[in-house]
Amino acid sequence: MSQPDTSRLTLGHLIEGFRRMAPLSLFVIVFGLAFGVAALQQGLSGLETLLMSGLVFAGAAQFATLELWSETIPLVPLVAITLAINARHLLMGAAFYPSLRDLPAGRRYASLILLSDANWAMAMGGGSRAARLGLLVGGGLALWTTWMIGTGLGVAFGSGIGDPERLGLDAIMGCFLLAMLVGDKRDLWVLLPWGAAALAALAAMAWLPPHVHVIIGALAGGLVGLLLPSRRQEETP
Amino acid sequence: MTLTAANGGVLLAIVIMALTTYLTRAGGVFVMSRVPIGPRVERFINAMAGSVLVAVITPMAVNGDGGARMALIATAAVMLALRKPLPAITAGILTAALWRLVAS
Repeated sequence: MSQPDTSRLTLGHLIEGFRRMAPLSLFVIVFGLAFGVAALQQGLSGLETLLMSGLVFAGAAQFATLELWSETIPLVPLVAITLAINARHLLMGAAFYPSLRDLPAGRRYASLILLSDANWAMAMGGGSRAARLGLLVGGGLALWTTWMIGTGLGVAFGSGIGDPERLGLDAIMGCFLLAMLVGDKRDLWVLLPWGAAALAALAAMAWLPPHVHVIIGALAGGLVGLLLPSRRQEETP
Repeated sequence: MTLTAANGGVLLAIVIMALTTYLTRAGGVFVMSRVPIGPRVERFINAMAGSVLVAVITPMAVNGDGGARMALIATAAVMLALRKPLPAITAGILTAALWRLVAS
């Protein structure tokens, strides 16, 4: 981050992001399908379900708020649960900010429309600013597309996959994020903030309201990183 | 505050939910663009970046069944050995499926 990185985002970077996210995106179809089925069972119409997946594009929040959709929709719990589950985006966006700093405001905020766990995690490991942007936006497009395909299949055909757990499919998101985390590892010092993050997340799960554990864990890890003695950062290529 | 589902209430609620979610996506960048980034802030966000993932993954390991835990261990092991995400993730899923096949 010491030298200015003026590499420009090109169509090639976007395609590369889309392509690298494609394998995981295929699995996102399964999650979308599950959501489509669940939303129909909750009484949402097919069109409403597709609109929600398309506009909100946040699977965990969509699943978690599903039970709120009935004859009357309570707005305060809807917004509160959505905020609590998605607040991790605030921290992810903040961590990605160095890659967006030199963009004009319009592009900067447009780049964030499809920010989600998987493409953000992949983008953080990108080699240049343009590569990171391509991974975030192109990867986001891949995830959005398959999320919509999955939701559409769920709405159209109902419960297609009987038991995704037996196939190990429920483990994929955790495995993907862990692979991104391990691949991002620079030196053993990171184990200190990561350990603090894990402990704080577990403590928050035990004693604090639901859904805040990610924020608590991330902030705890950040604080430990802040307190660690300053050391020379390795330059990323 | 509640919306009635009829007369476009569902659509309005979906739009509100979408805007709320976008605020979380853009909010961190908005704040950072107004905070001077010194070395301390940089250390904080660098440590926080990985910690977000740790805090997402930890409950999966703790609350998950044996299959989920073995999947994470397999993923980490293959990733450390090969440094390639695809084989690592594949190993994780296969491990979960095999574990459940044997355990059940």
